[in-house]
Amino acid sequence: MRHFVIVGVLVLLLSILTFWGLEAVGLMPVQASLQAQTVDWMFRLEMAVISFLFALIVVPLVYSLLVFRRKPGDTSDGEHIEGNTRLEVTWTVLPLITVLVFSYLGAVTLGETRRLDPNAMVVNVTAFQWGWRFEYPDYGIQSNKLYLPANRQVVLKMNSNDVIHSFWVPEFRIKQDVVPGRTTEYRITPVRIGEYKVRCAEICGASHAYMEAPVVVVSQTDFQKWVQESVAAQAATSGPDPKRGEKLYNELGCKACHSIDGSKGVGPTWKGLWGEQVKLSDGTTVVADEAYIIESIRQPQAKIVAGFEQQAMPAFTTLTDAELADLIAFIQTLK
Amino acid sequence: MKKILSLGLVRGLLWQIAGTAAGALLVTGIRALMGLNPWGSFLFTEPAWVVGALTGVIAFVWGVGALTDWFKWALGEETPEHREDPPGWEKYFGVSLDHKVIGIQYTVTAILLLLVGGLFALIFRLELAASGMQFISLQLYNTLMSLHGMVMIVGILLGVAGVMNYLVPMLIGAHDMAFPRLNAFSYWIAPPAAIVLLSSLALGGFDTGWTGYPPLSTRSPVGIQMFFIGVWVAGWSSILGGLNLIATVMRLRAKGMTAFRMPILVWASVATSLISLTATQLIGLSFQLVMFQRLLGMGFFDPAKGGNPILFQHLFWFYSHPAVYVFILPGLGVVSELLPVFVRKPLFGYRWVAMSSLGIALVGFLVWAHHMFTSGMNEYLRVPFMYSTLLVAVPTGVKFFSWVATLWKGKIETPTPMLFVLGAIVVFLMGGLSGPPNGVVTTDLHLHDTYFVVGHFHDTMFGGYIFPFFAAIYYWFPKATGRRMSEKLGKLHFWLLFPSFLVMTFLMMRVGLLGMRRRIADYDPALGLDFWHLLITISAFLIAASVLVFLYNFFRSIKHGEPAPGNIWRSRSPEWQVPSPMPVHNYEEAFEVVGEPYDYGLPGSTYIRFNGKSH
Repeated sequence: MRHFVIVGVLVLLLSILTFWGLEAVGLMPVQASLQAQTVDWMFRLEMAVISFLFALIVVPLVYSLLVFRRKPGDTSDGEHIEGNTRLEVTWTVLPLITVLVFSYLGAVTLGETRRLDPNAMVVNVTAFQWGWRFEYPDYGIQSNKLYLPANRQVVLKMNSNDVIHSFWVPEFRIKQDVVPGRTTEYRITPVRIGEYKVRCAEICGASHAYMEAPVVVVSQTDFQKWVQESVAAQAATSGPDPKRGEKLYNELGCKACHSIDGSKGVGPTWKGLWGEQVKLSDGTTVVADEAYIIESIRQPQAKIVAGFEQQAMPAFTTLTDAELADLIAFIQTLK
Repeated sequence: MKKILSLGLVRGLLWQIAGTAAGALLVTGIRALMGLNPWGSFLFTEPAWVVGALTGVIAFVWGVGALTDWFKWALGEETPEHREDPPGWEKYFGVSLDHKVIGIQYTVTAILLLLVGGLFALIFRLELAASGMQFISLQLYNTLMSLHGMVMIVGILLGVAGVMNYLVPMLIGAHDMAFPRLNAFSYWIAPPAAIVLLSSLALGGFDTGWTGYPPLSTRSPVGIQMFFIGVWVAGWSSILGGLNLIATVMRLRAKGMTAFRMPILVWASVATSLISLTATQLIGLSFQLVMFQRLLGMGFFDPAKGGNPILFQHLFWFYSHPAVYVFILPGLGVVSELLPVFVRKPLFGYRWVAMSSLGIALVGFLVWAHHMFTSGMNEYLRVPFMYSTLLVAVPTGVKFFSWVATLWKGKIETPTPMLFVLGAIVVFLMGGLSGPPNGVVTTDLHLHDTYFVVGHFHDTMFGGYIFPFFAAIYYWFPKATGRRMSEKLGKLHFWLLFPSFLVMTFLMMRVGLLGMRRRIADYDPALGLDFWHLLITISAFLIAASVLVFLYNFFRSIKHGEPAPGNIWRSRSPEWQVPSPMPVHNYEEAFEVVGEPYDYGLPGSTYIRFNGKSH
C-alpha cells in the first residue's frame, strides 16, 4: 500500500510539473487568427492529458527500477502475479471513454474552425512550382502578396497549376492542400496585425523549401487604402513595361526554369529569344513573336521546343493581357 | 576467384547485371524498329530501364539458385527434403533452406540497409545544421531524403522478417518454416529489390519523398521508376514471408502448445504477418498505377484525363499506415517476451497483451485517411477517421499498463538487452503520446507535414522497432554464435543512443510546432530554428557513433566474444533449454508444452518437457 501512495503522489506531482514546464517553454508560434485560438485550446487540453499519461507510465517504471531491482547474489524470482482482470478492464474502458471524448471535442472544434461568415471576402489563390499568386475578384487586383484585413473572414479558393501544394501559415495554424484539378477552400479570420508567410507544406519538387509568399494582415482602413492604391496603380498602367515584366519573371517562378543569361535550364533560355527561329520537337520551326510567346505561356504543350520534350511547364492561364505584354517587353530587352 | 564465383550472391549479381542489360537492350531494339527514339537521357529510355530492372531482378533470383528446386520438380527430378549447407561462412552467401541461416541473412541485410539509410540521413542532417544551402544541391537533398525513408522502411521490413524467421520456428518447436523453399525465395528477392531501389540515385534521383504522390511523381526523373520497382519487388518478400509464417504457426507448433500457451512474440508475429499478407498489395498497386501512367499515358491520377490524384493517397495509405504496425508489433512482441525474463515475474495479463496485438492489427486497417486530413478529400470523412485513429490508443495503452504492472514487485536486473527493452518502452511512450495530437483533426491541421510528425514517427519507429531489434540481437546473439556480446560495449551503446535519441526527437517536435515543414532542404532563418537544428544534427551524429560501437561489438563478438553455451538469461523459453549455438534442425528431441510460458516465481513449474522422442 505504501508503494501505491508514494507512486500516486509522484504521478500527480510529475503531471503538474510536466504540464507547467510545457506551458512555460511555450510550444506554439503567435496566435494570429480566430481559428488559431480554437486549435490552441484543443492542443492545450491534449497536452494536459499527455502530461498525466506520461507521468502515469514513467513514475511507476522508474520507481520499480529503483525499488524492485534485484539485490546482488539474489537469484530468486519475483512475486507470481499473473494478471488482474478487473485492472485490465479498467485500463481498457477508461482510455476508451477518454478517446471518445477527445474525438467528440475534435469534431466540435473542427466545426468551429470551419464556421463560414456570410460576409467573408473571397480571394482566389493559384499555387505553382514554386510560388503563390493571389487574385481579389471583388476589386480586380492581382498580387503576389496576400493582403488581409484584420477581423474579417476571408475564404481562399485555391487551385494548383501543376502538382499538389499545401497552404500553411503557421501563425494561422490551419493547413489545406491545393490539388490540381479541383478547388479547395481555406477559411481564416486574421486577428493580429503583422507580417507572416505562407509556406508550402506539401513537397512539390526541387525548390519546395522556397515556396513562400508574404502574408500581410493590416487594419480594415489600411486594407481599403491598399485596395485603392492597387486599383489606381493597375489603372495607371500605360503600355508594356519591361521593369514590371522582370518583376513578374521573378515572382511567377519563370526564373526557376528559364535563364536570362543563356545558361541551360529546365526550360529554354530567354536570352536572344525574341524574333529568333525556334526549332520545335516535331521538326518544324516557328518565329518567336508575340503570338508564339503568349501561346507558350497559356498553353505550354501546344508547341514544344526540341530537346525539352521531357519537361511539362504549367499553363499560366490567369495572367492578364497587360501582364503578358509586360513579360514580352522584358523578353525583348534580353538581347 | 573460383571460390568467389561459386558464391550464390556473386552469381546473382552478375546475372542481374546481364539480365538488366538484356531487358533494356530488347526494348531499345524494339523501339528502334518501331522508329521511336531508342536512347534516353540516362543511356536507355525510361521503358527500357523499367523492363531491364524487372528482368534483372528475375535474372538475379535465377542466378542465385532460388528457383532451382522448383524447376527440377517441374522436370520430374527429385530433390532432397533437407539440403545440407556448407559448414563455414559460405552458406550465408548462397541459397540455404535453413530458417536460422535465412533469419541471419535477413538480419544482416537489414543492418546493411539501415546503415545506408542512416548514412543518407547523416548527409542531409549535416546540410540542415544551419539555414542556407551549404554543400548539396536541392535535387540531391530531395533524393537522399526520399531514399532515407524508403531504404529504412525496407531495412526494417527485412529486419522484422529476420527476427521472425530466426525465432518463430524455434519458439514453437518446429524444425523449420512450413515452406523452406518459399522462405529462401522470399529472402532472395529482397537484395535485387534493394539494388534497384538504390539505383534510382544514379538515374536522376527523385524528389517526391517516400510517399511518391502524383502528379509530382509523374514529373520526376527516371529514378522514380527504380524506386517504384524496388518497392514493388520488395513487397513480394513481405507478402510471401507473411504467408509462410502464418502457415508455420498454424501447422507446426509443438504438442500441447495451444493458442494461449504460445510465446507472446509468436502472437505478435502472426498479427504482423496478417497485415503484410493482406495489405502490401495496395502499395505495390498504387506505385504500379503511377508507373503505367508514366509509361503508357493511362491517366489514373491525372485530372486532365478524368483521374484523381487523391485516389492515389487512399491506395497508398491503405498499406502504408498498417505497415507501421508491421514494424512495431514484432518489436513490442520482443519487449513483452524479454520483460518477464529480466523481471523474474509472469507477463502481466498475457491474454490481454496477446489480444491487443490483434486489436492493433485490426483497427490499423481502418485509420489510413488520418494521413489525409488536409488533403482535400471529402470533409465529412475526417471525423470517422479521427474516431478510428484514436481507438488505436486503447490496445496500445493495454500494452503499456501491462508492462508497467509486470515490472511492479519484480526482481529487476538490467543487463544490456533489458536496458534496450526499457529504452524501447520509454521511447515508444514518447511516440505514443505524441500521436493523438496528430489524430485529432483540429490540431492536425497545424501539425500535419511538419517536423512534429517527423519526431513522432521516429519515436514510434525507434521505440517500436529499433530498440527492441537491438535488445533481440543482444539477447539471442549467443543462440546463433555460442558467444555473447560485450556487456561493457553494449551499455556504452545504450547510454550514447538513448539520451541523444530523445533529445533529437523532442527538438524535432519543437521546431515542427514553431513552423518547420517536413521535407524541406532549407529553412527560413527568420524562424529562429538554427540553434535547434544544430542540436538535432549533433544528436544524429551521436546516434551514429553509438551504432559504430554496436557494429564493433557485433563483429568482434562473433569470434572473440565470451563463450556462452548455456541458458545465460535463466529463461524458461524452449530455445534456451538446449545448448548454444542451436543445431541445424533445432531440437534433436521433440518437446511438449506442459505449463505456462512465463510462470516465473511459481516453484516447480516448467514451460516445456522434452519427451524423449526424436523429431
